[in-house]
Amino acid sequence: MMNLLKNLLAWVDERFPLTSTWKAHASEYYAPKNFNFWYFFGGLALLVLVIQIVSGIFLTMNYKPDALFAFASVEYIMRDVQLGWILRNIHSTGASMFFIVIYLHMFRGLMYGSYRKPRELLWIIGMIIYLALMGEAFMGYLLPWGQMSFWGAQVIVNLFSSVPFVGPDLAILIRGDFVVSDITLNRFFALHVVAIPLILVLIIVAHLVALHEVGSNNPDGVEIKKHKGPDGHPVDGIPFFPYMVVKDAVAAVAFLIVFVAIIFFAPDMGGYFLEYNNFVPANPMKTPEHIAPVWYFTPYYAILRAVPPLFGSQFPGVVAMGVATVIFFALPWLDRGQVKSIRYRGPIYKAFLAAFVVSFVGLGYLGLMPATELYTWISRVLAVVYFAFFFLMPWYTKIDKCKPEPDRVTSK
Amino acid sequence: MTENVDQSKRRMLFVATAAAGGVAAAGAGAPFVMSLMPSERAKAAGAPVEVDIGAIEPGTMISIEWQGKPVWIVRRTPEMLELLAKHDGDLADPTSSIPQQPEYCNNATRSIKPEVLVVLGVCTHLGCSPTFRPEVSPADLGANWAGGWFCPCHGSRFDLAARVFKGVPAPTNLIIPPHQYLSETRLLIGDDDKSKLKGGQPADKGATA
Repeated sequence: MMNLLKNLLAWVDERFPLTSTWKAHASEYYAPKNFNFWYFFGGLALLVLVIQIVSGIFLTMNYKPDALFAFASVEYIMRDVQLGWILRNIHSTGASMFFIVIYLHMFRGLMYGSYRKPRELLWIIGMIIYLALMGEAFMGYLLPWGQMSFWGAQVIVNLFSSVPFVGPDLAILIRGDFVVSDITLNRFFALHVVAIPLILVLIIVAHLVALHEVGSNNPDGVEIKKHKGPDGHPVDGIPFFPYMVVKDAVAAVAFLIVFVAIIFFAPDMGGYFLEYNNFVPANPMKTPEHIAPVWYFTPYYAILRAVPPLFGSQFPGVVAMGVATVIFFALPWLDRGQVKSIRYRGPIYKAFLAAFVVSFVGLGYLGLMPATELYTWISRVLAVVYFAFFFLMPWYTKIDKCKPEPDRVTSK
Repeated sequence: MTENVDQSKRRMLFVATAAAGGVAAAGAGAPFVMSLMPSERAKAAGAPVEVDIGAIEPGTMISIEWQGKPVWIVRRTPEMLELLAKHDGDLADPTSSIPQQPEYCNNATRSIKPEVLVVLGVCTHLGCSPTFRPEVSPADLGANWAGGWFCPCHGSRFDLAARVFKGVPAPTNLIIPPHQYLSETRLLIGDDDKSKLKGGQPADKGATA
């Protein structure tokens, strides 16, 4: 029997690089042995992706992308489809969990300098994934066709119409109509279930290929490839399979406990994962009293609101919001520090990073709140802090007093 | 053999092939791009709407749908009209110099008949539909409030002639759609025989802004 399997594998290997691929990306991919808590989130993001794709496929079987039926079909899934409410709650919770995991994953990169040479392209591919994920979430949010779906899409699409000259036509091109309508819903459905998931999967594969080419960074920010044993493998690395997989499995179990608890006990998360106004069918004639995007967009939304109209146009605010999102792409070239990891950075970088976290979380909170004069001013201050983290980086990372990096990774 | 290669001819053929391929690709892309533009049915949905305004009480407003957007019709009281002239200094564009209205509504009340205001109920900021607040000096809007609209999304304020106040996110006054009176109480919205609308196209590009 074993011989038969062995022969079958040999037969396959002559025709398809099965064993060599497995070795290159799992059993002989060496990851640093000093990974800590923050290294769980890449694997967890992959887990959420699978959860979203599977739950999404099953939701599609009962959902109707039609302005007349969309809201009712989601209610049908929630009430009449057997255990449909679990599927729907999995998908809606998964969206928020995806962003929690991705934000922590990105923060890990900021702490340990994982975007620095030679991982610039890895970081850029990751940023493209992040942008694709934002598009995916935005378009998916229109599908239940509730009040927040409609007015959220209305506001976001109108951001594009503030672009000088081409703006109004661009907004019409996105909607396919002069208002957010059945046509818009139908095309967002197509993009949400076919186009963007395909692109996402492709660029995630590219992200992993790039990661395995340059190797993983680690909490010390030193290259394990500098010290190789006689077998040609890094002495401070351990094979991804089985060691890292086992470690990630523990994280996945802990994560799923939280995930399932949310699905059963707090699927709307007090109005943050599923907003209350979205349980009211879309009404193009009436805007709800208070509208705010879902929590994962609110830091950028607060920046948009913080910028007053200049020259009779909302465009500067839109530009500020756009820059706040894409500025991450420039990180590998903004950072001039001598070391990668926060462990060996000086006090200036630590202070700036802490201020950045405060501004990001603070803007996220303010973006959920109504725009009072006080809140608008706090948003402005925090937005300045947010941009200072990036735009002053070439200077403060250069003058920061770094500690010497160790030659090899450290572990307690 | 390689020394006999005519490089310039090869380059010319390469460019010609790429150019022909580019033209073909642009042609093949046409149906994909065009299908994203508003369909004939979407354009037809912009037909004018007839509405009876006889039953609107003074000081109240009705909301009707035109081109999928709300259009408000308000019958203003003499007191409301009197208050309109008293806050020009607080407005961003008190004389309606930015063409957000047809020529025949470019006046102090932004209307054909002074008491009847017809206005597109879409905020010129990001397209929310503001809330009608006709009362004078309510607690939440301040002592200077003389009636108008408040946008719940980003706090823009408009007076009862749909003119925008200074210092709010909305950059311009609300849009007055083309309209005409068919009789004393019948109003046609979306057509005025003067500024001819092309099928469904908003009268002003700013309508979507």
